[in-house]
Amino acid sequence: MADKSVSPGLARDPEADAETSAARIEWLLTALGVAALIAAPFFFYPVFVMSMLCFALFACAFNLLLGYTGLLSFGHAAFFGGAAYFTAHAIKEWGLSPELGLLVGMIGAALLGLLIGFFAIRRQGIYFAMITLALAQMFYFFCLQAPFTHGEDGIQGVPRGNVLGLLDLEKTLNMYYFVLAVFLLGVFAIWRIVHSPFGMILRSIRENEPRAISLGISVARYKLAAFVMSAALAGLAGGLKTIVFQFATLTDVSWQMSGEVILMTLLGGIGTMAGPIVGAGLVIALQNSLATSSFPVTVVTGAIFMVCVLVFRRGIVGEAYALFKR
Amino acid sequence: MTTVFGIPVQAFLGQLLVGLINGSFYAMLSLGLAIIFGLLQIINFAHGALYMLGAFVGYLLLAHLGIGYWPALILAPAIVGLFGMIVERLALSRLYRVDPLYGLLFTFGLALVIEGGFRYWFGVSGKAYTAPAALTGAVNLGFMVLPIYRGFIVIASLVVCLATWLLVERTKFGAYLRAATENPTLVQAFGVNVPLLLTLTYGLGCALAALAGIMAAPVYQVSPLMGSNLIIVVFAVVVVGGMGSILGAIVTGYALGVAEGLTKVFYPEASNIVIFVIMAIVLLVRPAGLFGRDA
Repeated sequence: MADKSVSPGLARDPEADAETSAARIEWLLTALGVAALIAAPFFFYPVFVMSMLCFALFACAFNLLLGYTGLLSFGHAAFFGGAAYFTAHAIKEWGLSPELGLLVGMIGAALLGLLIGFFAIRRQGIYFAMITLALAQMFYFFCLQAPFTHGEDGIQGVPRGNVLGLLDLEKTLNMYYFVLAVFLLGVFAIWRIVHSPFGMILRSIRENEPRAISLGISVARYKLAAFVMSAALAGLAGGLKTIVFQFATLTDVSWQMSGEVILMTLLGGIGTMAGPIVGAGLVIALQNSLATSSFPVTVVTGAIFMVCVLVFRRGIVGEAYALFKR
Repeated sequence: MTTVFGIPVQAFLGQLLVGLINGSFYAMLSLGLAIIFGLLQIINFAHGALYMLGAFVGYLLLAHLGIGYWPALILAPAIVGLFGMIVERLALSRLYRVDPLYGLLFTFGLALVIEGGFRYWFGVSGKAYTAPAALTGAVNLGFMVLPIYRGFIVIASLVVCLATWLLVERTKFGAYLRAATENPTLVQAFGVNVPLLLTLTYGLGCALAALAGIMAAPVYQVSPLMGSNLIIVVFAVVVVGGMGSILGAIVTGYALGVAEGLTKVFYPEASNIVIFVIMAIVLLVRPAGLFGRDA
């Protein structure tokens, strides 16, 4: 191979060698962040914050694969949007409660992840990205034609229902804290996965796959496991978004959505816990502010993509870490 | 009436021709992708956008300067190729030392900007672009009626693919290009200007995409989104063929175009996804692709 292809993994992991004082600051920032999120609905439009949280969870799930396993999936919209459809169908047609609806979405996304991952992990790097993109596009066409998705109309008017028969989600504040709870649970799960022995093996695959193989790790199985987990958590985010907005449409399964989640992760910082959350917040805020103007969002998104790749590969949080360490 | 497997022969041949035409574009686009990837190790996500750009340059040349199809067939690839070379010099050349995935992400952003910009200026509706008078009309071949322009596409794209293959395999430029694909450092040490070679190669790949675009303009309408779904299909073509050989990219392009056309005859519901299904099967049987070398 040419020497230019021998490059370090997609991103360094700044957390690996964090010192105790840094860890303390991290805990403090996390606590501040959670406190801010608890207070947020009293200062911002709650639906806007909820959509941020859904996309932040989606980006975190995606980052589990890109940042911690080194696999760039260009098809994560299939899991996000697929779960949105599954949850919507389960709640609206089967009359399930929100928490069971989310579970159906997650299981559906995990099975879809198992299927797509099974094919995709047969190739590496750039091919992996192209295969996930192609298979997700295939799923898009499936959603376009399958009767249960209602084609171009999507599934509309999904009732929010009651969580565990107790909490009425039609009330905005209830809905907000339910979303926040699911978001925190999801991010905690990702944090646990990353900081477990399993997560260490994923990182070793990211850093040096041949070496991981030589150490006797069955890399394919670990990659597939990471892929399925990432898909399931992306599905959780998609299902949650469906309950908030009460519909599921083709937009969520389109390849543009796969691109968007990559941008969120890249902008915030690949391979950092907080990066995808920051990135998702910024991208959603940007889309929100451009929604009223006639200026095309994709031009701005694309330009940010190019700038990030050229001068800003560590992302906002990654750059902050680098500054802090100096 | 004659039938093939219970299908009227006219409909069968008609879809076969549509498949061959789509295959022509798949072949030209995957050829460009393969050449660029071979040397730059970058998957050019902007290839679909450049295809659209080629068609639009042709349309704008006609609409504003009155320059017709034949000159546009040269001018559009030249302009888009030049644009590609500028992009390579300014941006892509900075990405050779980092993970190849960043090249994919950069060109993805570029595609979003180009397509978003054109959608803003020209709207989503297609613009008609007529073929020159010499290529309109149809000939009766006895067993089917062949629109002349469609026949022209198939033959012209075959010529272009063959010419590109000869350029890479039989000329001095091609020899440098192949050598630099194997070992750029060594080729540079022999005094060949490898950075220039990279720029020219990217320009060539972009020009091929633009040529496909201007050729497609009279068949499909000129619209800002004409390349955005196409690129994903072409990626699948590239995965099936493997990017190891130029001939492989060409053959796979035509073959999958025809496979798609035939699916439209026998099982129309699956015609959108048949290429992706073939890709999945190939991944199971031969992960490196039909013509690929093992990575």
